[in-house]
Amino acid sequence: MFANFMAWIDKRLPLTDAMNKHAAQYPAPKNFNFWYVFGILASVVLVNQLLTGIWLTMNYEPSGDGAFASIEYIMRDVDYGWLLRYMHSTGASAFFVVVYLHMFRGMMYGSYQKPRELLWIFGMLIFLVLMAEAFMGYLLPWGNMSYWGAQVIISLFGAIPVIGEDLTIWIKGDYVISGATLNRFFALHVIALPLVLVVLVFLHILALHEVGSNNPEGTDIKKPKGSVKPEDQSKFKFHEQYTKKYDIVDAIPFHPYYTVKDLVAVVVFLILFCWVMFFAPEGGGYFIEAPNFEPANGLKTPEHIAPVWYFGPFYTILRVVPDKLFGMIAMFAAIFMLFMLPWFDRGTVKSIKYRCTAHTLNLLQFAVCFIVLGILGTMPASETANLIGRIASLGYFGFFIALWFYSNNEKTKPVPERVSG
Amino acid sequence: MKKFILVLLAALPGLALAAGPSIPLDKAGNDLTDKESLKRGFETYVNYCLGCHQLQYQRYNRTFADLGIDEKEGIAKYMYTGEKVGDHITNTMPAKDAAKWFGSAPPDLTLEARLRSPDWIYTYLRSFYADPNRPFGVNNTVFKDVGMPHVLQGLQGVSTLDENGNLSEASGGSLTAEEYDTLVRDLTNFLEYVGEPNKLERKNLGYWVIGFLFILLIFSYLLKREYWKDVH
Repeated sequence: MFANFMAWIDKRLPLTDAMNKHAAQYPAPKNFNFWYVFGILASVVLVNQLLTGIWLTMNYEPSGDGAFASIEYIMRDVDYGWLLRYMHSTGASAFFVVVYLHMFRGMMYGSYQKPRELLWIFGMLIFLVLMAEAFMGYLLPWGNMSYWGAQVIISLFGAIPVIGEDLTIWIKGDYVISGATLNRFFALHVIALPLVLVVLVFLHILALHEVGSNNPEGTDIKKPKGSVKPEDQSKFKFHEQYTKKYDIVDAIPFHPYYTVKDLVAVVVFLILFCWVMFFAPEGGGYFIEAPNFEPANGLKTPEHIAPVWYFGPFYTILRVVPDKLFGMIAMFAAIFMLFMLPWFDRGTVKSIKYRCTAHTLNLLQFAVCFIVLGILGTMPASETANLIGRIASLGYFGFFIALWFYSNNEKTKPVPERVSG
Repeated sequence: MKKFILVLLAALPGLALAAGPSIPLDKAGNDLTDKESLKRGFETYVNYCLGCHQLQYQRYNRTFADLGIDEKEGIAKYMYTGEKVGDHITNTMPAKDAAKWFGSAPPDLTLEARLRSPDWIYTYLRSFYADPNRPFGVNNTVFKDVGMPHVLQGLQGVSTLDENGNLSEASGGSLTAEEYDTLVRDLTNFLEYVGEPNKLERKNLGYWVIGFLFILLIFSYLLKREYWKDVH
């Protein structure tokens, strides 16, 4: 019965073929480690955000007068509305946790290097859209931190010469942040950006499956056709799209091997996620900031306007530059550098395991600087904080510059042909 | 520059409202599972606070249900102005006049415990002292130059502040210091409840969900191990 049904479908749509190509007969390196779970986790969080988001919009009211009260309505009067809201707000922070770790994995194992540049670019576009999505979503509860956070970020555009002031009015749709701003942010947050996000994720995965997954060794599991003895090839059956052109080694089908392995990772992640959601949904004031428990008030500035933690690193880079315009340029440059990472790195050895010591140290200092910038971003500015922030910003940009120089004639260790074990 | 000053001026009333230098807060030590304490806190709230401070996001019947108050009894005991039992807990004070009377309209307190923390409320209500320079004759160490009078003065009496910034024991009230602390703790407890009425349900559900996930973890790990036997 089911076989007949599938046959009927397959004659009209290559469903079985697509599932085989992308899951059951997709060759994945057998040596993925802990760092390789964050892509799946990001997908899980994305689905969580989409579903809870849909249910939240059923009771949310996008207006200056009604938004704040409608959140409390969801929290109190809607059955399990509090659960939906916390799943969504905790999910926003969880999204950035897994995405940052996912990106760091790519940096460690050189997953952005040729031929995966476009894959990396799609990933960076996802990151960019995600930041816009989070920023606009943060205005929707219409709390006082929502308001002033948006105020600070939108006013940045005012620093652009000539068109700046008009641009901020165009973004706000009003002379101040108002219900008009809230409405357009709502439209972008629930329709425009999620659509773009889903399309980009689709392209990201498609590009990944075209070039194949990297692995912690940075070796290639696709060898030229006919170069590997049959007994040395992977014993599993892969889709002919891959086997037609290559001999596949050290690989296993994504499904069921990685689906069951990722299931373990997903459950561990859900335990941590639920721990925060059920026992500390405010995330210690970092996931839901305290001033957001009073309605937006244009006359009452919170004592300390702090961006949500995930914007911290970029906010600090913005803040430590004395000039507003150059600060904004520095902030966007920081993101642009990441985009250009595949071209800053002129090396051919991918994994940190086989690259020079300087690279390990450079990546380590980059990670430290990024975390320091993040912490500073959530703290009030002071002389000392600005000094540390400037040093950390230099470390951030320095990573890319240094990489460009030493990666040209890098002393690397020999990369094994095959994954051992 | 001009603009900057304008923004500052616009923000001034807000700045005046902001809490002053942070002083160490006392631990409220309240207990959300103590329904008697919550009921006493609710009663204090209705009698002393509600006249000025609304709980506009919280409904009467929800409160009765959560606190274990019979609806008929609740209507008779806590609802004075003919509201319906499903109504939000509001008052009829006009915000514009209130702003004139107190300098700024008394804020809604539904989310006060989440905005400032229960410890803050507990400490604040025990930190009024006599200050003849203020319109109502009192000031507060936690919230400097607060516009609010010491509404519970009849119960606590009033303290004085010495030059080291220490509060004296309050005198002239109808309650002992200990009784007053209990009253404030109950009130704080109620405000923490009203800030998030689902807090207990949330934590309770959390144990079940995480318990389930741990069981699922065992099975998913066993499943993974079984499949991966093929690989090694």
